[in-house]
Amino acid sequence: MTNAASSLYTESARTKKRNSAERRFKAYGLAAIGAGLFFLVVLLWQIIGNGAGAFLQTRLSLPIALDTAAIEKAEGSMMKTSGYNKLIVAGLEGAMEAQGIKAVLDKKAAKALLSSGAPNTLRQFVLKNPDKLGQTVTLSLAGSSRLDGYLKGRVTRDSIADDKAIRPEHLDLADALQGAGLLRKSFNWGFITGNDASDLRPEQSGMGQSVLGSLAMMLVVLAVCLPVSVAASIYLEEFAPKNRLTAFIEVNISNLAAVPSIVYGILALAAFIQFGGGTMGIEAFRASAPLVGGLALSLMTLPTIIIATRAALKAVPQSIRDAALGVGASQMQAVFHHVLPLAMPGIMTGTIIGLAAALGETAPLLLIGMVAFVQTDIASASSFFTDPNVGMPAQIYIWATRADGAWYERAWGGIILLLIFLALMNAVAIFLRRKFERRW
Amino acid sequence: MALTRRAATNFFAGGDMSASILLLCLAALATLGFFLGRSRALAAAEGKASDLHSRPHYYGVNAALMVLLPALALLALWSVIAPLTIKAQIAQSVPQELVAEGASLDLVMTDVRNLADGLNTAVKQGVISEAKSHSLTTDTTDIRALLGGVGVALGSDVTPEVLGLAKHYRATTRASGLWKTGLVLAAGLAGLMLAYLRTTKEFRARNSVEKTVRAVLVFAAGIAILTTIGIFLALIFNTVEFFRLYNWQDYLFGTTWQPHSGGGASQPLGLVPLLWGTLYISLIALVVAVPIGLFAAIYLAEYASARVRSTVKPLLEVLAGIPSIVYGLFALLTVGPMLMSVFGNEGLGWMQGASSVMTAGLVMGIMLIPFVSSLSDDIITAVPQALRDGSLGLGATPSETIRQVVLPAALPGIVGAVILAASRAIGETMLVVFGAGAAGKLSLNPFEAMTTVTAKIVSQLTGDADFTAPEVLVAYALGTTLFVVTLCLNVLAQIIVSKYREQYT
Repeated sequence: MTNAASSLYTESARTKKRNSAERRFKAYGLAAIGAGLFFLVVLLWQIIGNGAGAFLQTRLSLPIALDTAAIEKAEGSMMKTSGYNKLIVAGLEGAMEAQGIKAVLDKKAAKALLSSGAPNTLRQFVLKNPDKLGQTVTLSLAGSSRLDGYLKGRVTRDSIADDKAIRPEHLDLADALQGAGLLRKSFNWGFITGNDASDLRPEQSGMGQSVLGSLAMMLVVLAVCLPVSVAASIYLEEFAPKNRLTAFIEVNISNLAAVPSIVYGILALAAFIQFGGGTMGIEAFRASAPLVGGLALSLMTLPTIIIATRAALKAVPQSIRDAALGVGASQMQAVFHHVLPLAMPGIMTGTIIGLAAALGETAPLLLIGMVAFVQTDIASASSFFTDPNVGMPAQIYIWATRADGAWYERAWGGIILLLIFLALMNAVAIFLRRKFERRW
Repeated sequence: MALTRRAATNFFAGGDMSASILLLCLAALATLGFFLGRSRALAAAEGKASDLHSRPHYYGVNAALMVLLPALALLALWSVIAPLTIKAQIAQSVPQELVAEGASLDLVMTDVRNLADGLNTAVKQGVISEAKSHSLTTDTTDIRALLGGVGVALGSDVTPEVLGLAKHYRATTRASGLWKTGLVLAAGLAGLMLAYLRTTKEFRARNSVEKTVRAVLVFAAGIAILTTIGIFLALIFNTVEFFRLYNWQDYLFGTTWQPHSGGGASQPLGLVPLLWGTLYISLIALVVAVPIGLFAAIYLAEYASARVRSTVKPLLEVLAGIPSIVYGLFALLTVGPMLMSVFGNEGLGWMQGASSVMTAGLVMGIMLIPFVSSLSDDIITAVPQALRDGSLGLGATPSETIRQVVLPAALPGIVGAVILAASRAIGETMLVVFGAGAAGKLSLNPFEAMTTVTAKIVSQLTGDADFTAPEVLVAYALGTTLFVVTLCLNVLAQIIVSKYREQYT
């Protein structure tokens, strides 16, 4: 007031200070959002940058003469694959000669450059195509993880200094083969459909088995959670009297939703495996069984889905119930014939989002032993749920603990696959919400 | 090992087959009940559905429920009680000298069960006939070799006593199975008859059905309580078992954590270093997540246009939808090496390896940003607009309004959100398994590797765990500690938030 120069057209020092404080405050908010989005971008960039390689596999195409005598001898011996290996080495020599490659080919070269599964690939080809015996066929064989890493830039001449499996000469040979156009990177279907492989053979491992394990668990979660959560929510929203028991159940559900997932792992271990499978002798409750994993994840997800289902039921206006009751429906009929169908899109959305959360959960699976090394094929429908298996996040965990560049690449690749599944599930949930949700 | 598993699966498939046939029979009986009930009701009303008390299909559903409920209840009860009674019965007939020979009763019982399961497998695979399996003696047949041939590996040679018990076990189990099938089917039939006889024109079928459905709904709601009881029992039983073997003071107040197998009660299993690591990591996570999350929420709630809000909010929530194992790998392979290049031996020399409290804390902070921001966003938008209008009308700038009016009004809710975030941080597992380290340490240096309660639960319970050793059972005590701490934090947050809500409603 006393400041005579104060006017609406010039900012006083105090106003300036207040306005700059305002701008600063706004900038903090923007910076916070920027930081959040920056972290998201870095995370996704890391995942894709490190994991995309798992979807590509280096392959070496070699002309191989299927010498009938050699193959018969190989089939007759104990170590069948070593006989086939000789054919592959011969093929490699032939290819080098034909392309005029003058690199040194020592005994270990084929082993260092090709996957240890290559002889078996050849054997399977021969068994499938007996008419090709005696001819020369061009086969594309998987490269070893070292060769694969070299072409992807993960393995360098420096990094193999202490490596017993591959030597710099082998990399020279790889360079020459690549120059001749024999080495090619192609899409790695085996990574999506294959099983886990042992420690030294990352190039042969795949997520297939764990995708099936996760599928089995998700089916169990769906079969348990959807009916139970719908029934519990209907009771709590539509029928429950306002008394202490109801209040206790509600507090209970919201607390269960915040219990750490690992505690559900302990519960599953103690209740299903030790008590159910051990004390009670129930055959289906065995360690590493997707059935047990699915039940553990069900208990964990149930509170979340109940909360979503209750919200969906609550969103249906009271007038719908009143109208049904008014024309003579019983309370039960009003709920099951009118409220529930109208709430169904919301319930499905909540359930799918709950399933997505369960799909990415790892800790409970570790405790019930779903980190088994599984290579068996699933035999029947009942064993689909009870044979030892892994889940997708558990498979990623196993690979990450093997602490090796090639396995890390697989783990990141597994994460990409897992995130694709999660994104698909969320997309379905959003689609359902957009398409069917009614605003009253 | 793989072969035994397959054998066990085959047996299960076999046992499952008869169970599923029984369930199919019940389903068929229930369907029959449905049609019988409905047609009898219509017949009673001479085809005029309007003469009936309820719609005709309710009579059908009533009959079907009368078949299913008693039969299924009996089936469940029998499946729970029968194995226990059979086990107890066999255990009673175990001769004393067998137990006295150094083996415990449990071991003998395991042998008996393995042998019985193996004989079942052998019969199923057609290696021996059912009749032959009853007349086997240890003198004439090498049973271990026989079962080895079908893929069942036995730990030791079969003694005549164990073989006798196994035969007894098989016979009782078989008899029990037959009784179960018979009684369950009889219960179903009795329910069907009763429902059929009760179906008259005046019978209030709808009320009866609705009463049953209501009971099912109540049971479903009760599963939440059952889960809680299950968690309590699972934790308490094993924790008590642990404290029987281990001094509770050493656990609660011990400052070193060095478990080793076979260490018994003398190995140091102190909670303090684990708790310290957990709290330290959570603290760093909150220091990262709370300012970023809170400022993001303020901007989104108060400044952002609807369009910005509707794109940024879901994007931030993507961070919350990413599984924690991904963050674990991110910590181990990206953030850890990055920190190493600055603080490691080539830089400042404070850091020894990629795993550290700082690594795990930073990444956990990133993970919690959307959690804090969406909770705070809800709370800030719930502050009544009248408060803002009053403040702005008096000439305050938006930021002054937020700082002096909106935030104080929202403070209890925000405190609740921060407590929930802390509870999340304490219970997080996969991230710290990869990011934090493996050794329990009491240190102030945030670049040192420490471990947490959750990481140790995983490491003590995975692998070849011997569930009678203190170094394994300690995981349950850790679980109890974790459960109690997070439960207290959640309840505290709920109390604060619900108090806050009362102010404006």
